[in-house]
Amino acid sequence: MDGLIAYLRDHAVGDLVPWSCQVDGARMFGRTLSEIEEAILEQGFMPARYQRNRQTISTAGQLKLFQSSVAVIGCGGLGGYVIEELARLGVGRIVAIDPDIFEEHNLNRQLLTTTATLGRPKVSAAAERVGLINPAVNLVPLQVAFGAANGADLLRDVTVVVDALDSIPVRLELAETCDALGIPLVHGAIGGWYGHVATQFPGEQSIQKIYGAWKEGKGVEQRLGNPSFTPAVVASLQVAEVAKIILGEGEPLRRRKLAIDLLSMEFHDISLS
Amino acid sequence: MRITVKLFASFRNGRFSVEEREYPVGTTIGQVADSIALPHSEIGVMMVNSRHAKIDRELHEGDILAIFPLLGGG
Repeated sequence: MDGLIAYLRDHAVGDLVPWSCQVDGARMFGRTLSEIEEAILEQGFMPARYQRNRQTISTAGQLKLFQSSVAVIGCGGLGGYVIEELARLGVGRIVAIDPDIFEEHNLNRQLLTTTATLGRPKVSAAAERVGLINPAVNLVPLQVAFGAANGADLLRDVTVVVDALDSIPVRLELAETCDALGIPLVHGAIGGWYGHVATQFPGEQSIQKIYGAWKEGKGVEQRLGNPSFTPAVVASLQVAEVAKIILGEGEPLRRRKLAIDLLSMEFHDISLS
Repeated sequence: MRITVKLFASFRNGRFSVEEREYPVGTTIGQVADSIALPHSEIGVMMVNSRHAKIDRELHEGDILAIFPLLGGG
């Protein structure tokens, strides 16, 4: 470890450690890229890739993000953007959960779909993409459907959960599972020009309130579809919520729902109390 | 009684954003929804005077009712 620390000190430019040194350090000291990234941050240095995160995120905050584990349930419209942004933000472990493969009708909006990934599992495409962005980030691909029965198992050691599902009943199961496990949940949903975001801490029952009137079936997205821009907006708001929860900064959307109307360009902050 | 009805997102299409409307005393949120052809199965969050409410809630003179559609896509 002393040799590694000396190596980092010698090769840091100011307090920044370039990616090439991270790669060489991993090879020279027989460590994984992930271990080197953590060591850099623990020594108060910053991997150079994160230099534009400052002054928004401190080195200590960057270490918190790296030591966090975020589960993304659903790797479609919302999930693709969420995973991309979490990886670039520097979250160290991302658990991607989705049973599906990419189909042609996903191409209009789902970031991880390309003509090359059609027919392939969504979680495999997520792992590949994160590997290209930052191999130090550990993406755990789980090609399974989330449910109440396997939920506790899938969410083991997870810091925050992101709801990027497309099913209301599964969302309700996810909300109950997170509640029982004591994990904060960042909920997002979309349809057409519209979306909403809410953050639920254990005991707050926000998702149960949002869907309190639901009896069966899907929401208005079934008629309206989902264009390219709505998932990007809602996913970005969800990742901002995740960042605030992990960093312990700002005011998450607790007991509130942010309703988004991109057609009228109106944002409404709704109390769920 | 006069109720201010505020509609959001896709519920505005072919209807209105906000309207003051006259209803008999004792009218519920569900009956207001019926009066403007909002299918109950598409209703998400409902608020009366900025407080969360359920579909069988009876309204009172001067209430402000807000109705959001059910959104479930991801």
